[in-house]
Amino acid sequence: MKIEERVVGGVTILDISGKITIGEGSIEIKNKVRELLAAGSKNILLNLGNVGMVDSSGIGELVSSFTTVTNAGGQLKLLKLTKKLKELLAITKLLTVFDSFTDEGEAVGSYS
Amino acid sequence: MVNKFLKNGLQEDFEISFGSHIQYLDLIQELALSITKLIGLEEDVSYWIGLSVRESVTNAIRHGNQQDETKKVGLRFKISPDRLMILVQDEGKGFDISSLPDPLDQDNLLKPSGRGIFYVRTFMDDVRFRNRPDGGFEVRMEKRLDNLKGEKDED
Repeated sequence: MKIEERVVGGVTILDISGKITIGEGSIEIKNKVRELLAAGSKNILLNLGNVGMVDSSGIGELVSSFTTVTNAGGQLKLLKLTKKLKELLAITKLLTVFDSFTDEGEAVGSYS
Repeated sequence: MVNKFLKNGLQEDFEISFGSHIQYLDLIQELALSITKLIGLEEDVSYWIGLSVRESVTNAIRHGNQQDETKKVGLRFKISPDRLMILVQDEGKGFDISSLPDPLDQDNLLKPSGRGIFYVRTFMDDVRFRNRPDGGFEVRMEKRLDNLKGEKDED
């Protein structure tokens, strides 16, 4: 898994590519998110458009990151969910938890 | 219909056994995908079967065998004309499946774990669990093939 970081309109966007699975990247996102919070960046957008495979550990990682950011007073949102990731989130009722977007501009503009 | 591998009524039984290494999960998932491709299942169905195998083997390695590398995971794919049956066995102490919390319960929605078996139950047609009399836990999952549309026939 690879994470690239950029900032657009005060929102830190993490462009994630590869797999979010147990043993591969399932803790990297959480670590990166903690690092951002420690540095004062609380508006975080995960761009998942280039994520090929996510298992239940990866879903747990997204949930855990969401909770960490929310508890710190920030907002974590999702961008460009693949069809399969959207299905995994939907059947576990997590689409009701996460704000997700298909358009980056709209996502960035949604942070208050 | 699925391809001629099944149209001709061919049956096959693949069985492997391996140590409890998380690093094997990609290989195991690829094996599952290769077998579903051999049968001729469409991409989406194959993907969810591969994920179900991955989740079951993850549980066998982590929760069943407690990542004890000397303990084996057994994996069997039994292909018959109307169904694909997959068995995952570990050498752990067994498990009471009824003790699993419901991941859809409002109190559990934000828990970081506890969704693997739920996904398996969602994507496979018939899933059964048992503590084997000779020890270890077993997941038996089936995908019915007679109502699936596959890739084009290879006549």
